[in-house]
Amino acid sequence: MASQSTAAFTQQLGKYYVTYTGVFAAFVVLLAILEWFGVPNRVIGYLFVFFTLAVYAMIGIMSRTTQVSEYYVAGRRVPAIFNGMATGADWMSAASFVGMAGTLFLLGYDGLAWVLGWTGGYVLVSTLVAPFLRKFGAYTVPDFMSYRYGGNFARLLAVIVLVSCSFTYIVAQVYGTGIIASRFLGMQFEIAVFVGLAGILLCSMLGGMRAVTWTQIAQYIILIIAYLLPVIILSTQKFGIPLPQLTYGQAIQDIVAREQQMLQTGLATAASLKSHIVPFQTYSPLNFFGIILCMMVGTASLPHILMRYFTTPSVREARQSVAWSLFFIFLLYFTAPAYAAFSKLEVYENIIGRNLTEIRPWLYTWGELGLIQICGKPAASLDAVLAACKEIAGHPGVVRLQDFVINTDVIVLSTPEIAGLPYVISGLVAAGGLAAALSTADGLLLAIANALSHDIYYKMLDPNASTVRRLTVARILLLVVAILAAYVASTRPGDILAMVGWAFSLAMAGNFPAIVMGIWWKRTTTTAAVLGMIAGFGLCIFYLVTTRYYPQAGVNYFGMTALTNPVTGAPLVDIAKVMADPKVLADVPASGSNPLQSRVGWFGLNNINCGMLGAPLGFLVMIVVSLMGKAPSKEMQAFVDEIRKPRGRTVIEEKI
Amino acid sequence: MEQPNPERDEAYWADTSRLMWTTLGIWFFFGYVIHAFVIPLNKIVILGFPLGFYMAAQGSLIAFVVLLFWFAKSQDKIDRKHGVAEDDE
Repeated sequence: MASQSTAAFTQQLGKYYVTYTGVFAAFVVLLAILEWFGVPNRVIGYLFVFFTLAVYAMIGIMSRTTQVSEYYVAGRRVPAIFNGMATGADWMSAASFVGMAGTLFLLGYDGLAWVLGWTGGYVLVSTLVAPFLRKFGAYTVPDFMSYRYGGNFARLLAVIVLVSCSFTYIVAQVYGTGIIASRFLGMQFEIAVFVGLAGILLCSMLGGMRAVTWTQIAQYIILIIAYLLPVIILSTQKFGIPLPQLTYGQAIQDIVAREQQMLQTGLATAASLKSHIVPFQTYSPLNFFGIILCMMVGTASLPHILMRYFTTPSVREARQSVAWSLFFIFLLYFTAPAYAAFSKLEVYENIIGRNLTEIRPWLYTWGELGLIQICGKPAASLDAVLAACKEIAGHPGVVRLQDFVINTDVIVLSTPEIAGLPYVISGLVAAGGLAAALSTADGLLLAIANALSHDIYYKMLDPNASTVRRLTVARILLLVVAILAAYVASTRPGDILAMVGWAFSLAMAGNFPAIVMGIWWKRTTTTAAVLGMIAGFGLCIFYLVTTRYYPQAGVNYFGMTALTNPVTGAPLVDIAKVMADPKVLADVPASGSNPLQSRVGWFGLNNINCGMLGAPLGFLVMIVVSLMGKAPSKEMQAFVDEIRKPRGRTVIEEKI
Repeated sequence: MEQPNPERDEAYWADTSRLMWTTLGIWFFFGYVIHAFVIPLNKIVILGFPLGFYMAAQGSLIAFVVLLFWFAKSQDKIDRKHGVAEDDE
């Protein structure tokens, strides 16, 4: 099969994807011409979405396979640089593409905790985890747990961790595709979700990892072009230099000056204004650094990311591939703060302080969708804004900062309009957002379905299953998980978006200690690892569920206290007062209206950082219990030696 | 199957561990230590960027990317030195 050398194969792939990029560019130009000739925006939006979906589907169908190793690990011949691109697409979700810049817009410096946390984790992936798992030669992360820690009980625990951190995450991705499709195509949300689902299934169903790999690369190319192009144009318009990452320094200076000015002239109150550069206004230092740590360690524990490095031809390329992955991710993440700064400057200079009649018209498009509010009502038109502000007693007739509310998704999506670009660029951004959501959903779906088909069905239920049967089961499970995810997403669960951050903490608490100790400390025993996983993951889940859904119980029985405001140091809620109100207690577990929800905890720790409690406990249990027991067998120690050395065959060889 | 060679394995693992700790040290510095000094660093402004803000928005990210390419190269050197590297194609 791999008679071709890696270098030749890499070169050939390069040719394919350069051609593909050229065709895509030509397609964008064609649409621009169509727009110029008066083709309506909605048609252009549809053409964008259906063209890109068709391309992904075509790659997916062309990459169909009947070989188990192709299905699970793409035949282990994905060159480092291409695997890096695929990982980039796998990693960057709708939340990164659409939400990240918005978070930075709202939080200023504190939002950078997410930027740092979602990049630095790759250092841990490369030094501590990925190359060793590649040498081991597993198909899934639970495979490793089972081999190292004595069989199916450890496997089952690993599958539980995998499913609990991946499922909420995939629901959020399907939800994201629904939002983007409904916003740009005017489709009904519930229908849009199932259109997104079709796109996801076409990519992954027939070809498994192999198909997902080649489509993710195609999706990366579209998403990165779509992300960089609008802000590069905007930077060129404003500063004459097409390097937004460099020029937004000037925007930051202007923002800081304008912040002072707004405070002095009464356009903003100290309560409504968060400085763009002052740290620790939203997160206390503990929570700021906690988010960085949990996101980083979570990165090195999330199965859908780790399994991407099972597909490289060698251990050496696995390491190089991690570096390439971070490079491709970095291109987007170091641009996000530029989006935030430019948008903020636009809002501060051209909306705040303006007479209501002078508001720039790009805003009404988003106001109609309820995503921008002025004076507490959606800013759908000038009349709507005037009417809303009239109801506020003593309103001065100019927009004040406290009058203005913007949904974080708007920041990236509205940049083409702020820059006055033609609609074709907006369509491109929509296609990019869709690519980001679909590619992450593909990776997650495959991680879940593979764990169920390979680990549960093949390894635990029917080890004698034939190849055909295994692949059939894998595909059926893929379909079932996908439909389940789409169904949950179509019910618009309010909590699901908050849960994406939890996935990282859960993965950190459940997986990280067991994987790292299994590789780096030969003395780690089976009992210790199993107990450590249960203890760490259990504590993390306990903290999440208690603080979010049963905060009263947390206060009454577990000594939790109110979290505090990082600026004033005052408690976020007056627990005694809330608990004295019988109406609140009747509302258990609260449907989002419980005033204690996520506002209590230990040591002032946000529940998103529950990995900070779980992972150390996991390590502690593993060390103590290991030292109490007998050292692992000679064979097991030899096995650990074997995965530490790149040379030689993979430790386990799957039968094809 | 090659002959077991515990002495070589030990030397190899000592080098590998040293590189791991060095890499994680640099990671810790750029991931955490430098951001603890954000307030004094913000007083230095370069091209409009307060330095503390810049390090979190770009500086540390660039450091991570460079660090990873350097790590891959160094580890490969160690692998070759101890004869445990995979064959080149």
